[in-house]
Amino acid sequence: MATDALRSQGHSHGTLGVTAHPYAPRPFVVRARTQETPDTVTLRLAPQLPGDRLSFKGGQFNMVYVFGVGESAISISGDTAHPEELVHTVRAVGKITNALAALTPGAVVGIRGPYGQGWPLDSARGRDVVVVAGGLGLPPLRPTLYEIFRHRESFGRVEVIYGARTPKDLVFAEEARTWLQRSDIRLQITVDAAERDWNGDVGVVTVRIPDARFDPANTTAFVCGPEIMMKFTAQALVQRGVPAEAIWLSMERNMKCALGFCGHCQYGPSFVCRDGPCLPYKTLAPLLAVKEV
Amino acid sequence: MTATVSEAIADRVLRHPFFVDIDPTLVHAMVSKAEERSYDVGEMLVHEGKPAEEFFLVLEGKIALEVGGSDRPGITVETIEKGEILGWSWLVAPYRWRFDARASKPTKVIAINAAAARYALAAHPAFGYHFLMKLLPVIADRLENTRVQLLDIHGH
Repeated sequence: MATDALRSQGHSHGTLGVTAHPYAPRPFVVRARTQETPDTVTLRLAPQLPGDRLSFKGGQFNMVYVFGVGESAISISGDTAHPEELVHTVRAVGKITNALAALTPGAVVGIRGPYGQGWPLDSARGRDVVVVAGGLGLPPLRPTLYEIFRHRESFGRVEVIYGARTPKDLVFAEEARTWLQRSDIRLQITVDAAERDWNGDVGVVTVRIPDARFDPANTTAFVCGPEIMMKFTAQALVQRGVPAEAIWLSMERNMKCALGFCGHCQYGPSFVCRDGPCLPYKTLAPLLAVKEV
Repeated sequence: MTATVSEAIADRVLRHPFFVDIDPTLVHAMVSKAEERSYDVGEMLVHEGKPAEEFFLVLEGKIALEVGGSDRPGITVETIEKGEILGWSWLVAPYRWRFDARASKPTKVIAINAAAARYALAAHPAFGYHFLMKLLPVIADRLENTRVQLLDIHGH
């Protein structure tokens, strides 16, 4: 049974036409490396095998394997319209992510994925959309933002709120500056504290929600960031009148198999790797109130 | 840059979100020494430790609230914008500012004289109660925001 289930999770190697074992990583080559912040880099990867490509949905993640070091779950931060290029943004916080962040062009990593349920963007069509990102929460939302930009007419008002600790901790800062010029969305960038060379907003992301422009009853919200940030943001959105079932959070747990078998990422009734990482606040709210789940 | 006290200023005060449902007669008493001011980027509105002789209704722009010491540059911990109110040190003895406030964008405010405001609040207790009931949620929101800031929600 387990073997059959595992086989059903296997993936096809593009033109190779063979189904690989679901635990077998596919080789991808680092094409470019961008230092986003002192501890965060963006890696642009290309498949090493001819004809291989990795189609994905915004909000999904890959298991990224640094050979000889280990494997880590990393959200995909690139554009769904360009599956020939795989983009991952990584903060160096542990052994594997430090090794990932140190990779240079030409290095080869192993990729398994994509995994998980992404953001339910179709459920937001015809509605206002609020996207709230905290710190490294922007990369998992970026593919969905690109889709919203591409199909802008399919959505109502679009509010994007992006918060970080300090201006130096903002990722995709240059790109965000171009989003500020867009007239079809409203982007608010705020930091928790700043020195005098910053003339933007200072304050936590939740402060921006009361004045954000959207119709609460007809709004879908996508929120990604540290869990505590998502908890307060979801509470602020509910206070504003957004239904809990229309608020989606991207959860992070210790993913190992990424297939819903090992149980490492169990969160209440859900396996975050399989059922998430994007889950509705209505389901998550009771769990978020429990400490150390 | 100052303007004379006028009906126009009183009218602007009454249209400010903070004062929008407060009795106009009492507002006139409170704002008898109010004046409209403009600040360029970088100009200070208040200095930590100095007497809090007024408070401000923000009409345009952005104001950075800074804290710091003599051994380090000021760190902005909050920004205040159009429609908001700046300052309650004028209500709490010994009436001294507990932070610096600097215009981080070209800013227009109405500065309301603290002594006149305190006198109006004391002379009209019902008005004073209503005023404080409007100010209290502002203080509560900022306290809650400060708590969230202390949690370092982006640092996890």
